Amino acid sequence: MPHDHHDHDHLSPSGHPFREDNDTPLSYWQCMEIAVRELMIEKGEVTAAEVADQIGAMDSRSPANGAAVVARAWTDPAFKARLLEDASAASKEMGFDIGPLNLIAVENTADTHNLIVCTLCSCYPRNLLGLPPDWYKTREYRSRAVREPRAVLREFGVDLPDDVTVRVHDSTADMRYVVLPARPDGTDGMEEAALAELVTRDSMIGTGLPKSPA
Amino acid sequence: MSDISETARRWHDMGGDPAGEINFDEHDFALWEKRVDALMILGSARGHFTVDGLRRALEDMGPEAFETMSYYERWIASVNQNLIEAGVYSLEELAAKMEEVQARGDTYGAAQDV
Repeated sequence: MPHDHHDHDHLSPSGHPFREDNDTPLSYWQCMEIAVRELMIEKGEVTAAEVADQIGAMDSRSPANGAAVVARAWTDPAFKARLLEDASAASKEMGFDIGPLNLIAVENTADTHNLIVCTLCSCYPRNLLGLPPDWYKTREYRSRAVREPRAVLREFGVDLPDDVTVRVHDSTADMRYVVLPARPDGTDGMEEAALAELVTRDSMIGTGLPKSPA
Repeated sequence: MSDISETARRWHDMGGDPAGEINFDEHDFALWEKRVDALMILGSARGHFTVDGLRRALEDMGPEAFETMSYYERWIASVNQNLIEAGVYSLEELAAKMEEVQARGDTYGAAQDV
């Protein structure tokens, strides 16, 4: 379906520009995607419905899933202990299936800040946060996060005091991380659902901090 | 200074390399990109390749591919290579199918089999 190019400012509901796709010239790799998909279907390997369902599942995963897990950990100490012990199992307990990947939650505290990267490629806790942002997959982020994390964090607007230890976790296909951010001040007595609203995607990657209560 | 000789590192192993400022532009994934992702997951679930098989093909593409191809362009190339190696279809079948797809129309939308 072609996009409407005349009725708005070319931003999607999520605030990002739409990717040019259906109405631009067919690229070699788009042609390959169609061919591979149709061959898979013809050979009885997959059905068109399975491909569509997979995309539906992908679209349903967003940082809101991770935020719900974080808010639960902020309000339920027993859950937090389980999350830090086995993040895959604790997430599953809340209905978020992590699949076969091994997920580790790392906790930010007053004296330690955690940052996640995949220097080799793009491994990311996608079952909990959705697909990774573009910058997560760039040469710049992957190269520098492990060498000068404080400088990288400053580019994200996070300026940590020198006495805060920064721990950088390099993900692999078999081991992925999610940051459990520190609960912001001034949130005593807040409900779990309201707390989840404060948890941003970047705060769970470590490149940001949770929002402060309004 | 690294103790590991530079020849022991492959191009994708870029942790610690000098690099410029981070670009914060983000985009919503296009349908064809989501389909590549879905084919990767489904092909893997069917047992035709592992993540290591996909990574091997990606890493063998070399550093030029990282500069000249987008993320999902590299992934469809890797998925395709792994499926051919697994015997799901042949290179000839792929070529014939791509020709057929191309003949349908000159945009992604028009080239669908509907």
